[in-house]
Amino acid sequence: MIINHPLLGPRDAQEFVYLGDATLIDRPDWQASEALDRFYEYLYLRDNPAGMHRELWFHEQGDRSWLVVTRNTVTHEITSVELARDVARARGRSK
Amino acid sequence: MPEHRLHSTTPLGGTTPRVDELPGFRIAENVGAALASIASRLNREAEFAAAAKRFFGFEMPGPGKVAGKTPYTAIWTGVDQWFVEAPFASHENVARIVKNGLGDSASVTEQTDGWARFDVGGPAAPAVFERLCALDVYAMPGSAASRTTIEHIGCIVICREARLQFSILGPRSSAASLHHALVAAARSVA
Repeated sequence: MIINHPLLGPRDAQEFVYLGDATLIDRPDWQASEALDRFYEYLYLRDNPAGMHRELWFHEQGDRSWLVVTRNTVTHEITSVELARDVARARGRSK
Repeated sequence: MPEHRLHSTTPLGGTTPRVDELPGFRIAENVGAALASIASRLNREAEFAAAAKRFFGFEMPGPGKVAGKTPYTAIWTGVDQWFVEAPFASHENVARIVKNGLGDSASVTEQTDGWARFDVGGPAAPAVFERLCALDVYAMPGSAASRTTIEHIGCIVICREARLQFSILGPRSSAASLHHALVAAARSVA
């Protein structure tokens, strides 16, 4: 499988480590009144789609960047690769 | 002061850098470079870029690139991160020198003894790299660099001259394994 890194171009998937669903970017507010429930959902509940899935990959044997990879879990076709940093900033995060 | 009679050893354990001449491929241990890593601090990218240009005399290279001006060579290693090489003889404490030069916008870490450097090259170089790593060495222009895996060891491959001259930085504790992989690959090409 080849992942088309947004900065470095096509790279072998062997260089990457898979973390999981990209919703991990949306860490709940720990001060919210319903924080306990939100963290339960954040930690344990995952969608398991047969089809398009947004997921986090780490370019460990490369530039050590976190990527959001949109992958079809049925065909393994990758339709989009973004820097997780850019995705997080687009959602108003500071880092 | 007690008098110490200590000798430095190379990453491969010798007293002088090891050189292997193989057909079309030369592997030379290089202990002449001091290394430091630089990260520009969060939200101070512009301030860092200006300080780096003032201190080094060149702009920090972009993704996959290498830039340099005597005595420094900067290698892009990640987003907002670089390695800097300088001659060991004149810049043994390169991290301190660079930190003093760049000030508060940068975080600088000493790297010199963490890495083993092999200068490799020759007409067989692309064929040897084909056997060593997933990196598309044929497509690497001069002054390019990339981290990759060689023999399960995370390394930084620096292209000094396209398809001909390269440096490999690998963890010093795995220097012998890396050297073995280089020699084995070069022999299998020849």
